[in-house]
Amino acid sequence: MEILVATAIGVMTTAGVYLSLRSRTFTVVLGLTLITYAINFFVFSVGRLKTAKPAIIAVGENDYADPLPQALVLTAIVISFGMTALLLVMAVRSYFESNSDHTALLSDESSTARDR
Amino acid sequence: MNHWIILPILIPAVVAPLLAMSVRHDIVLARIFSMMSTVALLLLGVGSVAISSSGDIFIYSLGNWPAPIGIVLVLDKLAAMMLVVTALLGVCVLLYSMGGSDREGEHFHPLFQFQLMGLNGAFLTGDLFNLFVFFEVLLIASYGLMNHGGGPARLRAGLQYMTINLVGSSIFLVALGLIYGITGTLNMADVAVKMRTIGQGDLALLVTGISLLIAVFGIKSAVFPLQFWLPGTYAHTCGVVAALFAIMTKVGVYAIIRVHSVLIDGNASSSVLAEPLQSVTEWLMPAAAITLLLGTIGILGAKNLSQQAAFMSLASIGTLLIAVAGFSNASIASALYYLIHSTFAVAALFLIVDMIIPRRKGEGGALTLAGRFSSMGILGSLFFVTAIAVIGMPPLSGFIGKILILDALRSSTAWVAIWALILVTSLLTMIGFTRSGSLLFWKSQQIETRLEIEDNTSTVIPLTAIFATLLLLVILTLGSALIIPYLDGIAMQLSSPQNYINVVLGRSLEVLP
Repeated sequence: MEILVATAIGVMTTAGVYLSLRSRTFTVVLGLTLITYAINFFVFSVGRLKTAKPAIIAVGENDYADPLPQALVLTAIVISFGMTALLLVMAVRSYFESNSDHTALLSDESSTARDR
Repeated sequence: MNHWIILPILIPAVVAPLLAMSVRHDIVLARIFSMMSTVALLLLGVGSVAISSSGDIFIYSLGNWPAPIGIVLVLDKLAAMMLVVTALLGVCVLLYSMGGSDREGEHFHPLFQFQLMGLNGAFLTGDLFNLFVFFEVLLIASYGLMNHGGGPARLRAGLQYMTINLVGSSIFLVALGLIYGITGTLNMADVAVKMRTIGQGDLALLVTGISLLIAVFGIKSAVFPLQFWLPGTYAHTCGVVAALFAIMTKVGVYAIIRVHSVLIDGNASSSVLAEPLQSVTEWLMPAAAITLLLGTIGILGAKNLSQQAAFMSLASIGTLLIAVAGFSNASIASALYYLIHSTFAVAALFLIVDMIIPRRKGEGGALTLAGRFSSMGILGSLFFVTAIAVIGMPPLSGFIGKILILDALRSSTAWVAIWALILVTSLLTMIGFTRSGSLLFWKSQQIETRLEIEDNTSTVIPLTAIFATLLLLVILTLGSALIIPYLDGIAMQLSSPQNYINVVLGRSLEVLP
């Protein structure tokens, strides 16, 4: 079980880091999404892996799943969901403004004058 | 329990949605409410400084759950000082934005209030995950503010800024996960206590967690090798927002100081932990030195004013972190003085650059010889004063800040190298700003052509805001005799973390095993 979880986190992080270093915006967004999946899974698994244990106090139980990482990962999921939505809106808007989804700052628009 | 402590977070949190929902079509009302909220934050900040100056640490338990079960807000001298600095900067930048910058995009004032909420929350919290949440609040508000005004270059730079901060947030979560997994708690004071009883096998994971935490704060404060996002972001955003971002890097520095004080200093006498924890912050001094060098090279090589101001911001972060990395009472006090100075100086620089750029029609901020432009005299004089402040020349507070840093670092091992670096980079910065000042103002005075702009918007309000920021620097200079002992007191309070830990956890004085 631990090997499965660790491998899954590792593979998702690797794929996420590779994709987020690419030069097209959509690929970067996919990469960041994969990184957030991997990290959420990691934070969840910090509560130690247990099968079929309750998180809330139940009668006749003396071993529980740790509820705090579950709450932490819910917060993290919601925050990264909001950020990914914002990132996508910005990526689409940036594509329409500059007619390309290249991530690098292009030299002709970056350092020279701004006409107002 | 003092309920005033939650108000710096609560007031902007209530005002921002009101601004976004009810007064979004009426810019005058939005400005009034936004300014009222920021002035209220300033009064609260001054009150916090007043009550915390007695040396007591005040706790606010959210939901009345005691730490470490619940989340606590901690008001000590450092938090109070940061609240005041944030509110003062907020008032000046908000005043400037009322000159017309806030109309360039939608929802400037709600985003501004959310930004202030995130900043105040990050300074007040005593819980690591709560710190993460407030970091996210201030980051999301900053994404919105960064894109204020739009345009293809700004959106592209905004995407880069968002990407690196998303990766930074993920690393923050990894660090938090590791710390929670080893110690079982997320309250800073409780982590410091639990750290003393972990087993030998868990030590490596814990040190990794704390190192990742410092790395995330390094991303936020743009220290080498994580500084690449700063010049692109600050150069492409509008001047008002860049001036507000002057405090954003300081959040990273504050977090490094806090984590070092509670977690690392709090266990400095433990035989097991002292050695590995020392290695966590060893890299900070060389990295800060390289950051200062990179910033200076950027100032010399910048092609336009916004870029030069952005690299100046990077250089001042480098100087600040050199002072922080000394981690002694004197160096932390000098770092805090320089923090206050560089916040206002860099903000003033960005505001002046923002006034110059639209007035040089066709050239913008490019460092080229072009004709005269309107308000050249007053802007030239203000640029002169700000450059003096930001370089660190007498008689303004930058000079006093650098003297304090040089004096504090005299006792460290590599002090010759550090002194040489700071002095040489000050000279190079001076050369850089002299070049831009003489190109834009002095030599352009002799060219007869005039760069006219169509809409001559009133300059009264923006100039008042810039004057106010520079006045704060003058007050910082003249009031050094009072301010420096106060900052020494803050450094003293930070160097006795056992007191912090005892107050937060509500227990009596405990002796380390």
